[in-house]
Amino acid sequence: MTELIERADTGTGAAGEPAVELSMQQAVNRALRTLLAEDPDVLVFGEDVGALGGVFRVTDGLQREFGDKRVFDTPLAESAIMGMAVGLAMNGWRPVPELQFDGFAYPAIDQIVNQVARMNYRTRGAAPMPITLRLPSFGGIQAPEHHGESLEALFAHTPGLKVVAPSDPAEAYTLLLQSVRSDDPVVFMEPKARYWDRRPVRLREPSDPIGTSRVVRAGSHATLIAWGAMVHKCLQVAELAAEDGVDLEVLDLRWLKPIDAAGLAASVSRTRRAVVVHEAPLTAGLGAEVAALVTENCFHDLAAPVQRVTGFDVPYPAGPLEAQYLPTIDRVLLAVQRTLEY
Amino acid sequence: MPARRPPSPQSPPSGRGGATDPNGGAVRSVPSAHESAGRGTITVDHLPPDLTRALYRDMRTARDLDAEAVALQRQGVFPAYVSVRGQEAAQVASATALDPGRDFVFPTYREMASALAHGVDMVGYMASHRALWHGGLYDVMASRFGAVNAVVGGPVPHAVGWAVGEGLRGGDGVALSYFGDGASSEGDVHEAMNFAGVFGAPVVFFCQNNQWALSVPNERQVAGGSVAARAEGYGMPGLVVDGNDAGAVYEATADAVARARAGQGPTLIEALTYRVEPHSTSDDPGRYRDDAEAERWRLHRDPVVLLRAALLAAGHADETALAEVDADAARRAEEIRDGVAGAPEPDGSDLFTHVFREGTEELSRQRRTWQEEVEL
Repeated sequence: MTELIERADTGTGAAGEPAVELSMQQAVNRALRTLLAEDPDVLVFGEDVGALGGVFRVTDGLQREFGDKRVFDTPLAESAIMGMAVGLAMNGWRPVPELQFDGFAYPAIDQIVNQVARMNYRTRGAAPMPITLRLPSFGGIQAPEHHGESLEALFAHTPGLKVVAPSDPAEAYTLLLQSVRSDDPVVFMEPKARYWDRRPVRLREPSDPIGTSRVVRAGSHATLIAWGAMVHKCLQVAELAAEDGVDLEVLDLRWLKPIDAAGLAASVSRTRRAVVVHEAPLTAGLGAEVAALVTENCFHDLAAPVQRVTGFDVPYPAGPLEAQYLPTIDRVLLAVQRTLEY
Repeated sequence: MPARRPPSPQSPPSGRGGATDPNGGAVRSVPSAHESAGRGTITVDHLPPDLTRALYRDMRTARDLDAEAVALQRQGVFPAYVSVRGQEAAQVASATALDPGRDFVFPTYREMASALAHGVDMVGYMASHRALWHGGLYDVMASRFGAVNAVVGGPVPHAVGWAVGEGLRGGDGVALSYFGDGASSEGDVHEAMNFAGVFGAPVVFFCQNNQWALSVPNERQVAGGSVAARAEGYGMPGLVVDGNDAGAVYEATADAVARARAGQGPTLIEALTYRVEPHSTSDDPGRYRDDAEAERWRLHRDPVVLLRAALLAAGHADETALAEVDADAARRAEEIRDGVAGAPEPDGSDLFTHVFREGTEELSRQRRTWQEEVEL
């Protein structure tokens, strides 16, 4: 499986660039270093991102290397952090704020939705918002309440925002470069369950346009569609299914806004079956959007209704119940079985 | 909570607040309530005549433009309008204390007179009230005057971010954030003041306390009775100024701007004034307040009338000169009125143009769909 991803990662890699062993959290750190070094307007700030290096150590060493004007701690107030990002952008900076955990984006939702997402529109392009909000996201680490939320549908539903969720270290590096260099606001959702996923990676400059998905495993019987930590889960599912002779394609959506409708259609038109997997609750989740796009674009090719394997319509649960809530390998396999037997 | 005596324009000067400290820079004492509703007259004897004449010109123009805007609403040209009448001194004098070439204003939605004094293209500004574009059609970056913003606490942290950014690049610009007594209850305002205190940001928080947050009076809005008093908790000077005394507002703001520019951090100014008009043209204040109070402010505390009298008393202008200014103001207001009334409506394609800097395939598809469907 690692090899599969490696092959995908190195497809457009710089010639001769050696692979380095990195966790996702280190890869994000590398990307921030690259960005801080290449663009003097990039600022990294948030709660505990300075001396501590962030609660996940993603910003480790950055303040030491770039100084406390480029990388700095703020008081504990998410709305003001995002409001500050707006003002900094209006003074020519390229802010990369961090909100410490997904659930703490809710206190900042007014600034994100009413201000960050709309300022370019409101000002008819006079005040662009080249802000990348780094948001450790999703569940799977048995954390306290408000530390395991999946807000992608909320952000994707907000006009003016772009939303991306990397699935492995190499992707995290490349997609963060792309997000921060973009002049549009991007919510960068880091799957914290994969922060310690360590593997040899080649650090690549972005080559695919914003809004493109990638096939991380080619297959012919059905397409599993996922993002963030669920990509890894789907790859595990595909390995197991292969033992039974079921050949599954795994599509890492990556960009949740804009969604790669063409990429989805290309894959599902071939496999004729689709299973979308996400951690967020089912109802009005992004899986519904994926299902709608697949149905609109592949209606005549589909051999079965699009299956959704998701969290349940319940608040994100505490430790022991987390494994019951999150899509499991078995639940995904059951959905694969349903679509194959339809 | 005990009922507070409502502020009265006939209250005698309290000796606390009102005029600014001529020495400048010091933290001023803060009245506990709205006792400082100002005096029956103001003086501008101590200010430069050019300055006071400019204040009068802009206040007079804003007054006339305000009346034109109300008329446009009555004629159905504006769907609604929010009057600044009675707040011209608070707005014009504070904006005049800024350098429009290096400072930046973060308004909410009732800052027309500030925009005018700051040199904003007023046809573009009034376009917001004609609902041609929510944020207005002026260039916010070239104007150094943020977009019209109806989330009243929202722009306050923007001012702090801008100011922190100014400090980081070694500039000497100052951010001025306008908000009202209603917005002072918003969490964003408190977060912003705390950030400004922590970062020592060059910001002037300018609260126009017009005593009414739509239908809710100060005593049901501001616990403790003073917005300015809150400054102490954020480690910055807070002061109350008579918001209908243009000279006092100018001096207080100029002093706060000078402090910020000198690297001495933020200041909170609470300008006591009164919203003599309804909250908006859609409002019915008879349901919640006694118009006699508003009438007293109109009659005895009109900031334009007060400044006019003060100019004459100080010998900064005579009746002939002021009549000329009045005529010019009326003419300019009419020009702006005609400009905004005649401005073209936005094209439907503008729906899509500025959502992103780097467009998406999906939005292009929706735009094509829109185009096809409107052409049916």
